Amino acid sequence: MRHYIYFAGLVIVALLLSFSAHAVAVDDNPLPDQAQEAKARAIMGDIRCLVCQNQSIEDSNAPLAKDLRDIVRAQIAAGSSPDEVKAYLVERYGDWVLLKPPLNIRTLALWLFPPLLLLGALLFILARARRTPVNQGPTPLSDAEQKRLDMLLAQNAANSHGTHSGKEGTDS
Amino acid sequence: MIPEIGHFALILALCFAFLAASLPLIGAARGDTRLIGLAPPLALGQFFFVSLAFASLTYAYVTSDFSVANVASNSHSLKPMLYKITGVWGNHEGSLVLWVMTLTLFGALVALFGRSLPSAFLARTLSIQAMIAIGFLLFLLLTSNPFERLVPAPFEGNGLNPLLQDPGLAFHPPLLYLGYVGLSVAFSFAIAALIEGRIGPRWARWVRPWVLVAWIFLGAGIALGSWWAYYELGWGGWWFWDPVENASFMPWLCATALLHSAIVVEKRDALKRWTILLAILCFSLSLLGTFLVRSGILTSVHAFAVDAERGVFILIFLFIAIGGSLALYAWRASSLEPGGMFSTVSREGALVLNNLLLSVATAIVLMGTLYPLLLDALTGAKVSVGPPFFELSFIPLSVLLLIALGVGPLLAWKRGNLGRAAKLLPPAVLLAILGAGGAWLIWGAGPVMAFIGFAIAFWLIAAILVDIAQKTKLGRAPLSTLFQRAGGLPRSIWGMWAAHLGMAVLVLGVTASETWTEEKLVILTPGETVEVGDFQFGFKAVDPVAGPNYTAIRGQFSVSRNGRHVADLWPEQRTYSSPHMETTEAAIYPLFMGDLYVVVGDPDGIGGWSARLYYKPLISFIWAGVLLMVLGGALSLSDRRLRVGAPHPKARPVPNVAVHQPAE
Amino acid sequence: MRPAFWVPLILFLGLVAAFAVQLASGDNPHDLPSALIDKPVPNFDLPPIRMGEAGLKSEDLKSGEVVLLNVFASWCAPCRIEHPFLSELAEEGIPVYGLNYKDRPQDVATFLRELGDPYAEIGADNNGRVGVDFGVYGVPETYVISGDGRIMYKHVGPILPQNQDDLRKAIAAARQPEPQ
Repeated sequence: MRHYIYFAGLVIVALLLSFSAHAVAVDDNPLPDQAQEAKARAIMGDIRCLVCQNQSIEDSNAPLAKDLRDIVRAQIAAGSSPDEVKAYLVERYGDWVLLKPPLNIRTLALWLFPPLLLLGALLFILARARRTPVNQGPTPLSDAEQKRLDMLLAQNAANSHGTHSGKEGTDS
Repeated sequence: MIPEIGHFALILALCFAFLAASLPLIGAARGDTRLIGLAPPLALGQFFFVSLAFASLTYAYVTSDFSVANVASNSHSLKPMLYKITGVWGNHEGSLVLWVMTLTLFGALVALFGRSLPSAFLARTLSIQAMIAIGFLLFLLLTSNPFERLVPAPFEGNGLNPLLQDPGLAFHPPLLYLGYVGLSVAFSFAIAALIEGRIGPRWARWVRPWVLVAWIFLGAGIALGSWWAYYELGWGGWWFWDPVENASFMPWLCATALLHSAIVVEKRDALKRWTILLAILCFSLSLLGTFLVRSGILTSVHAFAVDAERGVFILIFLFIAIGGSLALYAWRASSLEPGGMFSTVSREGALVLNNLLLSVATAIVLMGTLYPLLLDALTGAKVSVGPPFFELSFIPLSVLLLIALGVGPLLAWKRGNLGRAAKLLPPAVLLAILGAGGAWLIWGAGPVMAFIGFAIAFWLIAAILVDIAQKTKLGRAPLSTLFQRAGGLPRSIWGMWAAHLGMAVLVLGVTASETWTEEKLVILTPGETVEVGDFQFGFKAVDPVAGPNYTAIRGQFSVSRNGRHVADLWPEQRTYSSPHMETTEAAIYPLFMGDLYVVVGDPDGIGGWSARLYYKPLISFIWAGVLLMVLGGALSLSDRRLRVGAPHPKARPVPNVAVHQPAE
Repeated sequence: MRPAFWVPLILFLGLVAAFAVQLASGDNPHDLPSALIDKPVPNFDLPPIRMGEAGLKSEDLKSGEVVLLNVFASWCAPCRIEHPFLSELAEEGIPVYGLNYKDRPQDVATFLRELGDPYAEIGADNNGRVGVDFGVYGVPETYVISGDGRIMYKHVGPILPQNQDDLRKAIAAARQPEPQ
């Protein structure tokens, strides 16, 4: 709510204000049943706080976040499943409240992106590695080149404080 | 008068930047040494004038000159002096001045330390640097003038957001900017190399120290910010995958990749096109972060005041700077000859894998951060992409990265032998199993991923120890010369070990604290004791206290374990007067095995106080890990071979002489 | 010039286009569209703010004509900004219902005495649960509700002068029978 100050034109760092403007809520009553409380907390961690935007309702001091925590706890205590609780909130606030976006046509690209990118990148590297096998590598060096190379390597070994493997480069 | 001097200094700096962006570039193209020689003094001039502007603004803050609009809306005469000064960059305009000052500082440093660079190359680099400065100076002068006057001047200022009145957050932006802006040097080097169409091991040698500097500061800045969130926000969280956090994390990931790929360029003259692209992308991600924070285009808890005009300006600037450099890249990249060859199984191969994983990680963070925006722009639908997405994607990547990180340094350059490396690793496998078992003994059951996290962290630690033993010839040469041998290794190697060890320590901290944190949410009356983990938290009292510009209530807790007193904790809840705001000051007592963390809240009206009590195992390992990485970076930077402008050890033949002809 | 080298540029230009669209739309990313658009108003039955008056229940909003539901509170400063406009609409004969969010009766009474009372009926949502049912996440919010009790439009934040046209258009659109 505080961030409506922002609409009124009092533009300060209004969003920061909504961040921790409220103290730790006093009447945040954990459920007596530990298993239920853990279940409720897991849900809270996945629900986005609407006022403070990028925190979960579990980590927010905003009054609305507290209301939603109460609702989550009450529903879990009444025997609802986590999916039912989330569906209840989504019905009212939209997919936006879910910090973990549900897999559907709109988020398909998002969820497929990491595995496909990783796979694609790995395949790309492997394909390149196969295309340029090392043992058929460059043309053999001429005698003069070999001499020059030996000289360079000797210098290099002297300069490199032992960081290079001694055999560096000799196999080509 | 002084603010007008500052304003004028900014205009002069802009003039210098225009000169520096054009004349040396023309000189380098024509081979005109006089124009080329102008680049360093012009770079120093820009730095001088922007510093003057910064000093003027600081003066206005220190003297609480409320006739300056920026001071009036962000400062207060009763604020402690430290926060009057740090308040200079606690707002959009002032932080931009700091940004530009850092940018010109890096230009000046390149001018000073870059004397060993070929003068035309140096001139081109400084010209590119000046072009970036033009963009930001115009942004400042046209949309965000920090020196605007107020008539009539108010008697008192609005005050600084109390959340920013904190040492952690006060020094978080300067560190971050040193990191963001430090990457501009790699960017300018890359563009200059593209213009010249030449890059080789020497280029990598020049650019690496700058990337390292930026990487160190970025890491330190990110860690400071997350530490601040940890102790100030009162929820024990330290990373929220907020867009603005991601905006600083992406350049860090990218810079980590760049640091490693530059090694391959330096050693093997390979991976050049990729490295140049990374150098461009690193700074582009920094610019993108600036855009996201200041345009209000994404929802973030950290965003500056939203202003569409500013957003449009930065977007145009992004379009020119990033679009231009990527177009140059597309045009010129093929002129960069691929260099030396290496086998897939080799140190270089491992570095390629490192780059692959780090760039995939960067791309995932980018995708997750921008997906809501892209979806909204395309379909108008609103979704959130929060921590679960990032965690799910990052865990497998980190596992792969850490496994590879253990093996990579054991492989020989150019062509490694996986079998030989594998022979060295049984102790690492053993330690990995012991590590996971140890976690189970200490904290008991947990998700499988937690034990995998411990196993790979210990695997990495063991692999580093094996590597150290190898390189110091432990057990193969007389023990008496061990220290001599260890000291004889280059500092960059020790830096690498420290940084890699930091990674392992970080993983331990994240895994343990995310998995085995104990939390109690209670209402306590004085005299009560609560058990959290193995600790008994005794609640003594709540007292009112007063600070310079706030009042607070302070809780008293006495913590003991098995009857032995461990620590006293005093969490506070502060109420600032100007602007009015409440903040929580968590009381934290770090022990080696975990932090005790207490937050006191509101009274319940009948003698009780709400409180949150935590025991967070190994959480300080998170920051210790980053600190190790930063130290590793510093150690590597102090290596003589890397030092900027250090003379070459010997006048040796040009290292990039093409002894290995590429097959293609 | 290999095509692969153009990929980064093309991806970047796509990104710039998306940014431009987003900036040009002028949308505040903090504004959430209602998830209940075109859905019937949730069922509720709220007590009045003053004893003896009528409260507010969902049936009241299904009156056969287009109505507004305004979420307000006396502690909400921006509510004062939009109040004159609500009064103007009420005078024009558009029924405006009030959802008084987490307020105290005496404060609301003072608020309405000072600024006038445009509300046909007011329901006191003391614990904010009906607000949650409507997807309220801040005060003020204003809903346009069709004659058969469906939510047609939601405005978040105070109705500033630049928003008034949009709201009027939404009311007019809600009055049109849907082309079927």
